[in-house]
Amino acid sequence: MTNTALAFLSAGFGAGLAVLGAGLGIGRLAAAGLDGTARQPTAAGDIRTSLIIAAALIEGVTLFAIVVCVLLAIKA
Amino acid sequence: MTTLLASLLLAVATTQHTPEPATGEHGHPAVEAGAAEHAEQHGAKEHGGGHGAAHEESLSDVMLGHVSDGYVLEYPGYCHGGFSAECETDLKEVFGDSLVFGSVDMTPTKHLIMLWLASIVMLVVVMAAVAKKSIVPRGLYNFVETLVQFVRVEIAKKNIGEHDGDRFVPYLVTAFFFILFVNLFGLVPWAATATGNVAVTMALATFTFFITQYAAIRAQGLGGWLKHLTGGVSPLLWPIMIPVEILGLFTKPFALTIRLFANMIAGHIVILSLLGLIFALGSPFVAVGSVPMALAIFALEVFVAFVQAYIFTMLSSLFIGQGLVHHGGHDEGHGGAGEPGMGHAGGDHAHGSHVAGNAPGHG
Repeated sequence: MTNTALAFLSAGFGAGLAVLGAGLGIGRLAAAGLDGTARQPTAAGDIRTSLIIAAALIEGVTLFAIVVCVLLAIKA
Repeated sequence: MTTLLASLLLAVATTQHTPEPATGEHGHPAVEAGAAEHAEQHGAKEHGGGHGAAHEESLSDVMLGHVSDGYVLEYPGYCHGGFSAECETDLKEVFGDSLVFGSVDMTPTKHLIMLWLASIVMLVVVMAAVAKKSIVPRGLYNFVETLVQFVRVEIAKKNIGEHDGDRFVPYLVTAFFFILFVNLFGLVPWAATATGNVAVTMALATFTFFITQYAAIRAQGLGGWLKHLTGGVSPLLWPIMIPVEILGLFTKPFALTIRLFANMIAGHIVILSLLGLIFALGSPFVAVGSVPMALAIFALEVFVAFVQAYIFTMLSSLFIGQGLVHHGGHDEGHGGAGEPGMGHAGGDHAHGSHVAGNAPGHG
């Protein structure tokens, strides 16, 4: 396999793995948030804010990996 | 969004080296028809495949050309005799070499022009809002005041503290509105997202970095700030500790940079990829599924524009607050400063109990 082929392959794998991590993380976050809202509906606004913030932070970390994959796919 | 970006990454990669003849024949008429039709219908950045110039570019080149910076401004207007949707101005031709100082090229680029335009729009909107001050706010003034109040109370005062928050509100409000307007500008047809440029987001993160260090030095004194760089270990470990701590100073602005940049770029690349599928698969019928999906991602992009502006401002205020919390002997160490929890400095527990106090069973 040439370098280019390996780079494309790893870009695809890396993107998939990154999405796996993000999906698991944000899924657990959403579960906890829904749990908390179900237990105390009056706290829904605060929980929603924390949900959005935590989701954006997790997504930020995931996008580190995506940027690396995009670099691989472009520069290859 | 990351899901779609990941799944389309391979599609982009595989179309990069496909030979043109197969898609070329019915690709190009479909391209012209598709480009014209979409430019009228949806007004998003669709004229990606229909460039008159380089038919030899691959799909990914066109897509990357749309999101990256360049010297060519595109806009609808009157050029080559008649109204055209693709007038171009090459800024290098406009300025020539007048702004090239040695090896530093200061010629304005497309993203810089977008930054200026977004700043002008922001200034016009805000100044129009405050032009008619009244005791009872209404209209645009009400809207702008809601946002400023939100930044001041929910972001600045919660994270920085009651009496210090007001000092940093101007920077936080400016950052919030600026990032919001630049992000939203990227969704306008023919405009570009300047925050999709690492240089722009790095500049914004650098501002936050300097203000954070200024706040920390102001609160702890220069000696106290340097002492924090040593991390409270014995002097024997300083040669290891100080470089690590200095590097640690830069991780937070770096994360801010990449987060804003990648979020903005990812959304645009997904939209362009979905529309590029039409050209990659060569058939106009792909548009039936592709364009509604791109529209949904477009709506998500509007939401992400707001959220990313909010996140940047909120994290900036959090970092500033963390620098200030150590003054007055309130030393919690570096471990406790890691989480993005709300309500750091001493008297902020009153904010947290607003909701809890109303719930039943909370004596």
